[in-house]
Amino acid sequence: MELMNVSVSELAALLAAREVSAVEAAEASLRAIDQGNPAIRAFLRSTPDVALSQAREADLVLARGEGGPLTGVPIAVKDIISTAFVPTTCGSRSLENYVPPYDATVAARLKAAGATMVGKTNMDEFAMGSSNENSAFGPVHNPWDLSRVPGGSSGGSAAAVAARQVPVALGTDTGGSIRQPAAFTGTVGLKPTYGRVSRYGLVAFASSLDQIGPITRTARDAALVLQVIAGHDPLDSTSVPAPVPNYTASLDGEIHGLRLGVPSEYFQEGMDPAVERIIREGVAQLRALGATVEEMSLPHTHYALSTYYIVSPAEAMANLARYDGVRYGLSVPGTDIWHMYRNTREAGFGTEVKRRILLGTYALSAGYYDAYYRKAQQVRTLVRRDFETAFERYDALVAPTTPTTAFPIGARSGDPLQMYLSDVYTVPANMAGVCSVSIPAGFSEGLPVGMQIIGKPLDEAGILRIADAFQRSTSFHIEAPAVSLGAA
Amino acid sequence: MEPVIGLEVHAQLLTDSKMFCGCSTRYSGAPPNTHCCAVCAGMPGALPVLNARALDFGIRSALALNCTIATTSRFDRKNYSYPDVPKGYQISQFEEPIGRRGRLDFSSDGQPVSWGITRLHLEEDTGKTTHTSVAGRDVSLVDYNRSGIPLMEIVTEPETHAPAEAREFFAALRQILMYLEVNDGNLQEGSMRADVNISLRQPGGELGPKVEIKNLNSFRAVQRALEYEIDRQNRVLAEGGTIYQETRGWDERGERTVPQRTKEYAHDYRYFPEPDLPPLTISESQVESFRASLPELPLARSIRFVQAYGLTPYQAHVLTLERATADYFERAVAVAVASPAGLANWITGDLARLTHESGAGLQSIPVAAEHVAQLVGMVEQSEITGSAGKQVLEAMFTTGERPEAVVDRLDLRQMGDASTLEVLATEVLAENPKLVETYRSGKHNAIQAMVGKAMAKSKGKANPQKVREILEVKLQ
Repeated sequence: MELMNVSVSELAALLAAREVSAVEAAEASLRAIDQGNPAIRAFLRSTPDVALSQAREADLVLARGEGGPLTGVPIAVKDIISTAFVPTTCGSRSLENYVPPYDATVAARLKAAGATMVGKTNMDEFAMGSSNENSAFGPVHNPWDLSRVPGGSSGGSAAAVAARQVPVALGTDTGGSIRQPAAFTGTVGLKPTYGRVSRYGLVAFASSLDQIGPITRTARDAALVLQVIAGHDPLDSTSVPAPVPNYTASLDGEIHGLRLGVPSEYFQEGMDPAVERIIREGVAQLRALGATVEEMSLPHTHYALSTYYIVSPAEAMANLARYDGVRYGLSVPGTDIWHMYRNTREAGFGTEVKRRILLGTYALSAGYYDAYYRKAQQVRTLVRRDFETAFERYDALVAPTTPTTAFPIGARSGDPLQMYLSDVYTVPANMAGVCSVSIPAGFSEGLPVGMQIIGKPLDEAGILRIADAFQRSTSFHIEAPAVSLGAA
Repeated sequence: MEPVIGLEVHAQLLTDSKMFCGCSTRYSGAPPNTHCCAVCAGMPGALPVLNARALDFGIRSALALNCTIATTSRFDRKNYSYPDVPKGYQISQFEEPIGRRGRLDFSSDGQPVSWGITRLHLEEDTGKTTHTSVAGRDVSLVDYNRSGIPLMEIVTEPETHAPAEAREFFAALRQILMYLEVNDGNLQEGSMRADVNISLRQPGGELGPKVEIKNLNSFRAVQRALEYEIDRQNRVLAEGGTIYQETRGWDERGERTVPQRTKEYAHDYRYFPEPDLPPLTISESQVESFRASLPELPLARSIRFVQAYGLTPYQAHVLTLERATADYFERAVAVAVASPAGLANWITGDLARLTHESGAGLQSIPVAAEHVAQLVGMVEQSEITGSAGKQVLEAMFTTGERPEAVVDRLDLRQMGDASTLEVLATEVLAENPKLVETYRSGKHNAIQAMVGKAMAKSKGKANPQKVREILEVKLQ
């Protein structure tokens, strides 16, 4: 399992030097998945046939000396990203048997870059959740403490990377679904700027917020993967046509003179004091590396979470309307079309999904639109302006990713509001569309704590530079959970 | 009671590909579900990309209908569940359509009228559900070939109008969209469909409940459905009954409106901005360049035809019914060898008849407008007779030859030179002594018969007027 304890860049070097083959790397990953999955359940399925055939092809490319940084690197893909002829369930009964006829743009780009897909990862149903307990196929367990949640909704992807089953996994982040599980599992989770990565083939939850990003163990690895998946896609009208910079070029460890803001609204009541202490230490470390740090304010932070729970369910209500049993997925017969719809959706969707569809339907209903949806969009503009104003003064903002560390499985599943609060520090970046990365910043009682670095739109290079500099001077990201060592 | 009428017209746009994907729009006659892809079949993860040409067509149409073009416009999701709506919502425009506050001027019964246009917006068509029976089982079949076909919806202001005027509005709108080449005008195939709204009121009083009659696809149906509905509502009211707000359908065979199956619940479409498509921004200069590229529209063109060419309003109206005819006419006029009035008669007369009989359109007939001009010129210069002209045109229609070539081949050139005609007249007088006698007895009508003899002898080539003059001189 040592092979899976290396980073993407280290593995790429081993592959390029022909010290290991892509097939060996894929086999090592598939073995780790088989061994770890009964306890962790990070994967809904492994894809050995796909992985090995792609790995054999990668070996041919590598033999010609034509490999890129991802050629032969095993990768896991969240099960909400369409993969041609490989089931894509979104963690839902409604799509349990759905097999997409096409690849998402990111899947196609990774394929073209020579990455080998080893499996599809577990997740909260349709990416709605913060603990992975909403998966129709059972929860994911946090590799650092199997009785705890890995966070969500990309809990499977984060757990897989933390447990050294793969060096990289793709997640999606609508309100924190990459960063919050990254924080809970001691991994690096990057949510790119809205529009930086194509959403084509990403099964939509909340279209104006969804964004695909990598979960890795280092900022450098995140840069390598982003390099491949970022860029304009004519199939996604919301993808940004801006050129893609060389993300690794900025990773020089140099952050001297950078101006960093620390938003005071991200250190408020309800926060675990140990998390606060660790984040303050992380900020101090960045100052020690030469950055200037100032306390500052993002005054509308408080409203971001509640408006998120208007906007995202509204979009989800429409996005999930297509799961009606007519064309694909689960279909439960009924006496007429309306009963067929009802029976199909009753059986296909879990409690949280139904709750959000109801919330969204309500917020958009005649007579309520102005009070809820329109008002939420207005507040969203204020949240976005907070960031615009902040970025006139600061190069990036540093904050905790979550108010607490990973909580026990079952602790919040009966209380949606408590669950939603887990995303209170991640949601604003989605509402504003800016980029943000969560990196391991320390441990509290053996559980990882994540620090978030939020950047200007399209400044992924800037936040990765800071994240990389931090990782060069710390070793939190190198520590592995006992479960992964035990598996070895 | 006076009727207040409004129309909502859906017109398919003549683009090559669908509204939000690359699928071909030419699905007519294709097997079900062969013209669809992940996008228009609503597969998970698929995203819409706006067809730029559909937007152009929408803007051109809105300008032709004198609408104000929105400088920022956007798409919305119209949420409702039905099997032929593959995403569970239709992408449409609700709060910010591309065109607003327009006007369509047309003539109704010879009188100029103007209808207000409330809005024009773009949306995607739905698939098609068919309820049928397979192996004795009732089933519903869905075909997504039509799903995602670009549509334009044009909504008129509700105003007091006669049903006949509504029919003419629909016809005028169709004519304009065909002039713009954004719609093929094929009503039977559903390229344009109208929903009509009607409520009755006492003049100046409150509007009664609105009844909507959906999916009318002929001019006649628009007029007849409205007439029937006005009559029905008046009857219900006269009998002390109540009119309910409802949607009705038009029973073509029974010539009546019928209640449509009531929906299980009132629709609340929960419109909200489509997050998958960024807002559209259309600059003033783009609008102006679209405006400059608009063709001359039928009403303006027919007025110009009267003023510039001295045509009668009726001739001008007939010539401008279709853009192809008007274009053909003006190409012929431009040759400047025949009078516009003469050309109008030939083009709307014999040429139109031959074209109609051939089943082709004016664009595809073998007779060039320039050649028709030469032909009419020859008739007007008396180089050939009118009846010879008809013969020549028919020949041109089969062979595509130039008129001179046909005239020469068939030896139809008129005898115009005096000495030939002198000889002809002398022969006619010599061969018809009885007619000469009758004439000299005072029955001057007999000269008609003598001209006829001369024409026959010359195989129709003699100039009848000149022959007559010569005969008159000789008979004195």
